[in-house]
Order: sequence, then structure tokens, then C-alpha cells
Amino acid sequence: MITATLQRIGAVGVFLGRVLAQCGPALLRPRAVVHQIYNAGARSLIIIMLCGLFVGMVLGLQGFDLLQRFGSEDALGVAAALGLLKELGPVVTALLFAGRAGTALTSEIGLMRATDQLTAMEMMAVDPLRHVVAPRFLGGVIAMPLLVAVFNVIGLFGAQLIGVQVMGVDTGAFWSQMQSAVELDDVNEGIVKSLCFGIACSLIAVYEGYTAKPTAEGVGLATTRTVVISSVLTLLLDYMLTAAFLGR
Amino acid sequence: MSDTVVKVSDLQYRVAGRAIFDGLDLEARRGRVTAIMGPSGTGKTTLLRLITGQVKPDRGRVEVFGQHVASLRKPELYALRRRMGMLFQNGALLTDLNVFENVAFPVREHARLPEAVLRQLVLTKLHAVGLRGAADLMPAELSGGMARRVALARAIVMDPELLIYDEPFVGLDPISMSVIVRLIRELNDALGITSIVVSHDVDELASIAHHSYLLSGGKVVADGSPAQLRDSPLEVVRQFMSGEPDGPVPFHYPAPDYHAQLLGKHEVGRSGDRS
Amino acid sequence: MKSQRSLELGTGLFVLLGFAALFFLTTQLPGSGMSVGGATGYKVTARFDNIGDLKGGSPVSMAGVRIGRVESVAFDSGDYRAVVTLRIDPQYDRIPDDSDASIQTQGLLGGKYVGIGPGGSDTYLKDGSQIEFTQSAIVLESLVNKFFANFASKGSEGEKPQ
Repeated sequence: MITATLQRIGAVGVFLGRVLAQCGPALLRPRAVVHQIYNAGARSLIIIMLCGLFVGMVLGLQGFDLLQRFGSEDALGVAAALGLLKELGPVVTALLFAGRAGTALTSEIGLMRATDQLTAMEMMAVDPLRHVVAPRFLGGVIAMPLLVAVFNVIGLFGAQLIGVQVMGVDTGAFWSQMQSAVELDDVNEGIVKSLCFGIACSLIAVYEGYTAKPTAEGVGLATTRTVVISSVLTLLLDYMLTAAFLGR
Repeated sequence: MSDTVVKVSDLQYRVAGRAIFDGLDLEARRGRVTAIMGPSGTGKTTLLRLITGQVKPDRGRVEVFGQHVASLRKPELYALRRRMGMLFQNGALLTDLNVFENVAFPVREHARLPEAVLRQLVLTKLHAVGLRGAADLMPAELSGGMARRVALARAIVMDPELLIYDEPFVGLDPISMSVIVRLIRELNDALGITSIVVSHDVDELASIAHHSYLLSGGKVVADGSPAQLRDSPLEVVRQFMSGEPDGPVPFHYPAPDYHAQLLGKHEVGRSGDRS
Repeated sequence: MKSQRSLELGTGLFVLLGFAALFFLTTQLPGSGMSVGGATGYKVTARFDNIGDLKGGSPVSMAGVRIGRVESVAFDSGDYRAVVTLRIDPQYDRIPDDSDASIQTQGLLGGKYVGIGPGGSDTYLKDGSQIEFTQSAIVLESLVNKFFANFASKGSEGEKPQ
């Protein structure tokens, strides 16, 4: 059991190395990468914006309720901004990404495996890692930080909507406190996290698809694994990164 | 240069401890259609994977164009594969490209041709398989036989010296089948290439193959021209060639004694455990 | 191809939107760092015994209106006091030079800021001036400790405080 897990981690690591080695050549075909940014990013945009809005609104409600008890409801902007930038933005976006874009990647590559398309490419002396996997991996890695940024901005708007428009927090206090308390390091922490989650979720998605058993059942199983492993990995990485940032 | 394009000698290959091949020898000669026949489950597709270097044998050698396939590094293997074309059972067309782009795919990958030249080349190959009119269709819009013909056009677009067909006749209606049969032999003769056809359709193979191998139990049990195989005195060959249900290849999968099992004298694994 | 064009257009819009959001987050939110127009105005210094958790980027306000930011916080090892450099926005150039500066807290949990109370002098603060009258931060913990220490010594004479 333990050796199997270790072996699996090793296999994913080796796979990452092979994919990274093909990323350079893949960038020479920007059109394929653009296509994948569209698939992973633009097609997830609506769901990301919708969820960002609701998460922001919940933050507005909960934050207001909590801060009001200490008479510090003016700090709502800070609370919402830090919560979104450092935790909720990257984590929730990564979970949504795993469910929306990750599963699509896994099933697409898995089906290509099941229908011999990947083998056919190998037989045509075309490396499927370069042609199929690397552009999809890059698309996911590029799309994720952008999705997180959109999520955060929409979330802030949602928190502001509830806090200022509904609960009556002063607009000036909301934004100025936020601006005085949030530092560039906080924003950077979120960006670093989103990059790491983007690499992790995209890697798991393409790996599971690439190594899926070439049957309908195998592809279905791989898709499920993508969601489960990406989600667990995201939360694990989140803890480790948070600890690393706090320890600086 | 030697007349032998593919040479397999003393090949052994195991999957999960079970020997798929055990001491297999065969060769394919230049400009000829070599048929590899055998009952289902004898590892015919696995043999193709060994010949194309997708898997490595446990023992023995596979030589293609005089090169020891298993010892090649990836760039050398890819260089070797550019001299081969392969037709997959289901065509394996790239689903996000249309017919024209599918055939153009290997050319775009390996050669920088002006668009006009490329277009001419692709249309010539599509014309050869009779599907020039279907150039704008997507793979999902093709029938099984058409998909296989497009795949054939794609396999020959780089002018390979060796063409490998994996079960080219499976699941085709009689018309598509005879089209494919004719195409295999015509392409072989017209382009002067070497062909290897893996199948279990005896009659179709008999009409096109120069030389046939019959595999069973991990080795070659008989080889020769279709006529020689048909007249073989070996019982296993006769059973296969005339399609008798029982014989050296038994009708029953190995099982405990029937009566004893029905009377409950043997414990039977209900979990589907086959060991 | 038409579909190819709309795809590229969609991707372009998405990337633009993403970078706009990133730009907003990195430039508009943080008080310190690359905030726009942060380098204008004039600098004055003030010395405090204790500045609490006042940081660079905290607001400087007068009568509740923000008039500038804390530029930097340093420690003077000569007299063991904190030297706070304030950057006041240029339009507020008529602050009397005998004004006092105090460190205050926004709400119970809010951040610290520097509040300036006007003096009565006819001369104004200018670049490089020092504010002489300062009041340190009220550190909540020491206040609470003091309260509980008093409470403990009065309430239960038999037990040792702490």
C-alpha cells in the first residue's frame, strides 16, 4: 500500500518532468496553447464569477456579523480582502477548476487514449506529450492565476455589495481600511498559491487522462480520481504554503 | 540491402507471469503481404506493439530495417517509425480535426511544405482511397469503413516502406470489407511497400497474402502460402482454417470436471476470481 | 475559420480580464508598495515611546480625514524611541507646527493609525519638520494586564498574582 503510493507519487513526478521538457517546444505552437487557455480558462469564467460573487457575499454577511460584535465592522473590507486573497480565492477556484476544467481534460485525454489516438500519434512519430499533454497543461497553468484574480475581484465586489449597500458599512472605511491593511505580500501569497494549485490541478488532470485504462470504465474512473486527488492535493498544498508564508 | 524487412527471432514476452509469446520466429519480406493469423487472444496485437517498439520483449530480438527495435532510443525509434505506417483497428483518427487535416497531420508535423503542395499531396492520397469528396467531414460523420480508409490514407501519406494493419476487416460490411481488401493489395503492389496484416479472417487474407503465419500458444504453428496452409496436415491448422468449433483449440475454457462441479464437489469462486 | 476567430477572441477577452483583475489586486489594494501617486507630498517625522503595531502604509488622519500615510518606521538606538516618518499629501500644507500626533486604533480590532490634532501656531509644518508633541499607542494587552493585576491583588489577597 505504502510502496504503491510512493511509486505513484514517483510516477507523477517523472511525468511532470517529461511534460515540462515538452513545454518549451509546445510554446512554439501558441495556437494550441491559446486553444487550451480558452478551454480551461474562458469556459470556466462564468462559473468562477458566479461562485466568486456568492463567496464574497457570504464573507460580507459573516464578516459583518462577527466584526459587529467587536464594534469593528469598518474592518470588513480588510477581513474580506485578506480572506479572499490568501485563502478562499485560490482554494475555491482550484476546487472549481478541478471539477470543471480538470475533469474535461482527463476525459478528453482518456478518450484519446481509449480510441488509440495517442498511440496513433506515437506511430506517426509525433510525441503525444508535446502535442496533446503539454499544451493542455500549460493552458491550465496559465488560466488558473487569471481565474483566481477574477474570482477575487468579483468576491470583493460581492462583499462590498452586502457590507456597504445592505449592511451600511461606510464605503470609505471599507476601502481605505482595506488599502491600509492589505500589503503586497498578501497579494503575492495568493498569486503564488494560485500558481501552485494551477500546476498541481493541471498535472493531476493530464496525468490521470494519459494513464487512464483505455476503456469507458477506465476513463470514468480516471475522471473521478482527478476530482478527488486534485481537491485533496489543493488543500494539502494550501496548508503547506500557508505555513511557509506565515513562517517567513 | 537485405530482403527481409521485419525479422522476429526467439521472441519471448510475458504479461503478469503468463507467456504471451514463447520462442516466436517470423519474418516479413520486402514488397510482399505477410499475414499473421491466429485465434483471438493469441496476442496478435501485442506482436504489432513489439514490432513497432511500443513494448519491449523479455527475450529475443525484433529487427525492423535491420535495426534492433528494443535497443533504440526515442529519437531513433521515432526516425524508424517515420518509415512505417500503421492502420489501427478503429482508425484512431484525431477527433478534433477534419478528414483533410487528419491526413495532413503527419506531413505538417514532419515536413515544411507549401500549403499548395500539401493540399495536392493530401488530396492524392484521399483520392487513392476514394474519399477525396469527404475531405471536409469530421471523423464523427464517417462510417466505420470510411474512417478506416481515411486512416489508411493517413498511414500512406508519408510514403512509408512498411505498412502494418491491425485487424483491418473487423466490423465491416461486405462492401467496405472488399474495398479494404483490394486497397491493401493495390497499395502494396503500386507503392512497392511491405505489408503486414494481422487478422483472423482466413478467406480475405487468402486472397491477398503472399505468405501467412498461424500463431497459437505463443509460437508459430504453421507458415506458408495460403494454399499450403489450407492443405496442411496439422490438425490445429485445419481447425482454424475451416473454423471448426472444437479441436486442439478447445471449445471450453479450462474448467474443473463438469459433473463434479454441478454436484457441488468443487468450491467455485463467485467473485469472478480467475486464478 | 470563423470558429477559430471567435475562440481567439474569447481567449483574448479572458486573458485581458484576468490581467485587469491581477493589476487591480496588485496596485489598488496594498497600501504599501506600488500604490499610485504615493510619492507626492512632504515628509515630517515624529518620535514615539511606543507605536504598537503601526506599520508603513498606515493612514495619517486629521479630524477623521485621511491626509497622508506612514512612510516608514525606524528605531533610534540613541534614545530608545520609535521614529515615524509621515508623508502628508501636498494639498494639506497648512498644518500648524505645534500640532500633536497620537497613535490611535480603528475600532477594537482595527489597525493603528496616526491622528494629528491641530495646534495654534501661525507657522506650518514643512518638509523635514518634526512633530514635538506625541502620544504613544495604547497597547491593549498591557491595559488588560494592568486591569487584571489590580483586580487580582485586590480581590484575593491570599493568592500570589501571576
